Amino acid sequence: MSRHTIHKLILLAVAIAILLLIYQSAAGDPYSADRHRMVRSIEAEVRETSVYLDKEALDPRVILAMKAVPRDRFVPAGIRDQAYENRPLPIGHGQTISQPYIVAIMTDMIKPGPGDRVLEIGTGSGYQAAILGQLVDKVYTIEIIRELGEIAAPRLKDLGYHNIVTKIGDGYYGWEDEAPFDSIVVTAAASHIPPPLIKQLKPGGRMIIPVGSRFMAQQLVIVEKETSGNVITRQVLPVRFVPLTGEH
Amino acid sequence: MTALPRVSILLASATGVAYEILLIRLFSIVQWHHFAYMIISLALLGYGASGAFLSLTRPWWKNRFGSFFFFNLLLFAVSMPACYLLAQNISFHPEEMFWHPALLVNLLAIYLLLALPFFFLANAIGAALSHYRELGPGIYAADLVGAGLGALGIIMLLFILRPQHVLPLLSTLGAISALAALCEQHRCTRPAVVLLLGMGMLPWLVPGSWFEPAISPYKGLQQTLRITGTRILEEVSSPLGVLSVLESPRVPLRHAPGMSLKTTSEPPEQIGLFTDSEGPSVIVRDNGNPDALEYFDQLTSSLPYFLKQHGQVLILGAGGGSSVLQALRYGVQSVDAVELNPQVVDMVRNRYADFSGDIYNRPEVQIHIGEARGYSARSEKRYSLVQLPMLDGSGAASAGLHALNENYLYTVEALGDYYNLLAESGYISIGRWVRLPPRDTLKMVATAAQALANQNISEPERHLLLIRDWQTSLLLIKQSPFSKSEIELARRFCKNRNFDLVFYPGMPDGEANRYNILAAPYFHHGTTELLGSNPDAFISEYKFDIRPTTDNRPYFSHFFKWRTLPEILQLADQGGMPLLESGYLVLIATLLQALAASVVLILIPLWFLGQKKSAANSKASVFIYFAAIGMAFMFLEMAYIQRFIQYLHHPIYAVAVVLCSFLVFAGAGSAYSQRLASRLGNRKTVAIAVIAIALTGGAYLVLLDPVFQYTITLNDPSRIVISLALIAPLAFFMGMPFPMALASLSRNSAEQIPWAWGVNGCASVVSAVLATLTAIHLGFNLVVLISLGMYAVAYASFPAISDKMASR
Repeated sequence: MSRHTIHKLILLAVAIAILLLIYQSAAGDPYSADRHRMVRSIEAEVRETSVYLDKEALDPRVILAMKAVPRDRFVPAGIRDQAYENRPLPIGHGQTISQPYIVAIMTDMIKPGPGDRVLEIGTGSGYQAAILGQLVDKVYTIEIIRELGEIAAPRLKDLGYHNIVTKIGDGYYGWEDEAPFDSIVVTAAASHIPPPLIKQLKPGGRMIIPVGSRFMAQQLVIVEKETSGNVITRQVLPVRFVPLTGEH
Repeated sequence: MTALPRVSILLASATGVAYEILLIRLFSIVQWHHFAYMIISLALLGYGASGAFLSLTRPWWKNRFGSFFFFNLLLFAVSMPACYLLAQNISFHPEEMFWHPALLVNLLAIYLLLALPFFFLANAIGAALSHYRELGPGIYAADLVGAGLGALGIIMLLFILRPQHVLPLLSTLGAISALAALCEQHRCTRPAVVLLLGMGMLPWLVPGSWFEPAISPYKGLQQTLRITGTRILEEVSSPLGVLSVLESPRVPLRHAPGMSLKTTSEPPEQIGLFTDSEGPSVIVRDNGNPDALEYFDQLTSSLPYFLKQHGQVLILGAGGGSSVLQALRYGVQSVDAVELNPQVVDMVRNRYADFSGDIYNRPEVQIHIGEARGYSARSEKRYSLVQLPMLDGSGAASAGLHALNENYLYTVEALGDYYNLLAESGYISIGRWVRLPPRDTLKMVATAAQALANQNISEPERHLLLIRDWQTSLLLIKQSPFSKSEIELARRFCKNRNFDLVFYPGMPDGEANRYNILAAPYFHHGTTELLGSNPDAFISEYKFDIRPTTDNRPYFSHFFKWRTLPEILQLADQGGMPLLESGYLVLIATLLQALAASVVLILIPLWFLGQKKSAANSKASVFIYFAAIGMAFMFLEMAYIQRFIQYLHHPIYAVAVVLCSFLVFAGAGSAYSQRLASRLGNRKTVAIAVIAIALTGGAYLVLLDPVFQYTITLNDPSRIVISLALIAPLAFFMGMPFPMALASLSRNSAEQIPWAWGVNGCASVVSAVLATLTAIHLGFNLVVLISLGMYAVAYASFPAISDKMASR
């Protein structure tokens, strides 16, 4: 066999390997294109809502996180084909995985930093925790419904989110051993904001709570603990809408 | 066949109406009330479908009427439990449908299944009306009287039995009606009796769990039950709803809406009371330790107790008693607590007396079981505080689920009644959930301003004070203008708890929107505009309906404006869906579906009838006549049910009394019409009936209010007798136009009777929805006027074909 032939064979082998790799990556993540399309649609909607969200675009890091987390792995197998539609989906036990648009703006609103420690109350499918896991140092997440917690914990581990710590229990008292937190995400509103959670928020930290039903977030409540320790809320509609004609 | 099937029709009609009311109860438990309303309305189109079916197959069943009648009653009996069981197994979650329109197929399947029993029943009645021709009035009378008794019977039964346990009973009654049909036909053999009764007993053998309502997993109780350790302590049922008592020892309920962000205290242990799986209202544990109740100090609802010491307090809607406990915490000497549901009172007073610290048995607390308006209209006491606590769940409020419910608690007239109960310098305190963009709160301000203006108060704004946190608002209406010291106390109360002042007389703009910050101070701005010089312009420009609510238009939770719809639809993908009010849109969806189905059901047989010799104008007049009287009957019935609910002051008793008496008196009218027609002819009888309806209905528009006002203080039995006396003449004549026209048709155009029956069935369904829509926008008085107009239209189009015969 001549050297020329050997070179040719090596080149062929490399080409085949590259093709195989491309094929494998495509086959390994058949939803990649869908995911990118979903993120593009979210970005477009954020631009529409910019007046209200007080910004033209989401933090690029949040966009990257949304592109990276495979939402299809967080929904029941039977509805995986709908995983990248911009809508909430039922995940069983009377719970839903939130609309991706709402997840994106909620994540953006807590301004996650790479060194942050974030507490999440209500793990649900684990999708919100996974998004946060891409963006911050450590995520602590508590789920009250045992069955959901028992599914979400191994799922997050399998997907390689080693910076997410899960627990099944009552979120009202937060996670005192790991407090204080830079941000807290509460995935369902209660009749009041638990005082222990406010206590476990760092001065300057933010807590976010969607208010509404399982399928529709009516408004987002951001609780801000000022550096003085004073606590205020900001209430934001997730949508560009003013209640009075001619008011802009 | 020898005997007129009066007994079988009376029994079957009673069962049919009972089944209809039962389905609404069952689906209100499974879903939410307005979806129940939609599903059952559409199912009632089974009546319209039977008209089409009977028209198309008339040659076939005409010659075997006896068997056809019997088998339809039998199928009616069998299909009631069977179709319910099948429909229960079809997955349908209304909210998910917004995102997943494919679920419409499931909804359609539910409609079709639930329509089947009504279809079989209507086949039997429609065929009988057609078969017995001139004897139709007797059949129709049995149908109406049966329906009236069925309505009354089911409401009484629901006091004793759980809804799911009533279903087998109705199936048995259905089988008995089929048996009665056999007896009327003299075909009642012993094997037939055994077989029919056996079939009627079959549903009793089905495991009880099969009939248990499969409640939506998204309802409050089902959500709470997911939490480890929660359990239902007991469940009781009445027509007011299924009341579930829940404890959650491991993860406490901690229901405390409107609690300050600054608080460090936690609510004490609570027991939750869920009605039809929605809520909770809570019973708070009181072990005598005042420190445990410290959280009350941190609630928006405590404001009136921080403004002054109250002597006598009235709580309208006491529920599990937490508002009563709150009042006692602040040293109130006497609390009158009004609660509609006696089962709630029984829970707190007896079974959970220890837990609640015996709150309803304390000497300073008087419990009144009844409706808030009734109590406030009759009470002669004067109060330093009249409190209306928040009773509905936040979820229901945010989804617009109460948009279709008439609510007489928050009308201009109601606030006037409460105002008249106030002692000098007393307050009315009204708590509401905050919704964004602002709706409820602003409508309450507009209603309060109007109520104060009606009390001849020249500067209503001096009598109002409004605060809010991120989730709740509290409006205070004062008997006299707010003083500077009161305003100062309110400011301090809010500052110490990070609550926002929304409005007080003379409030500077800069003081609004400080702690719970919105993009703009919408609440302050809206309230200022509503109390300013041109509130009408603001109300008109606002994108939601925030007009003051009145007794004539008592839809407090209806905020939808059509002109806002395109904007909201554009925003659907950006989280704009919650801006839509599902309740109202479901009503529109019901109307459109009912109209579409009715057009099909009416046109198909029309095409078939077109092959016959009937003149086109006679078909047009038959259509107009039967559609008009179907609509007119339903409009009047619905409008007067509402008027009498206000008068009898109880939604359940009023519906039972009014519905039953309407139908029974109309049945009597139908029976009597035959005698009248034998002397005067059908057309003249209809003329007399229409004139009598117009005179009575018109007179009631003017006279009912003074009569009600004059007699409102009488006891319940007296008011029921007065109601019956008022309904009787109106309903009696309303029972005449339908059988008279059928009798006329039977002489010359008998083939049109099934079609006319279908038209009337469709018109009843469509008009029930239309009546609610008209009332929402224009009020119940207009519903009455339209109805009277419809009767005139009906008379003008009295089937021309029968003129010669009718005038004999």
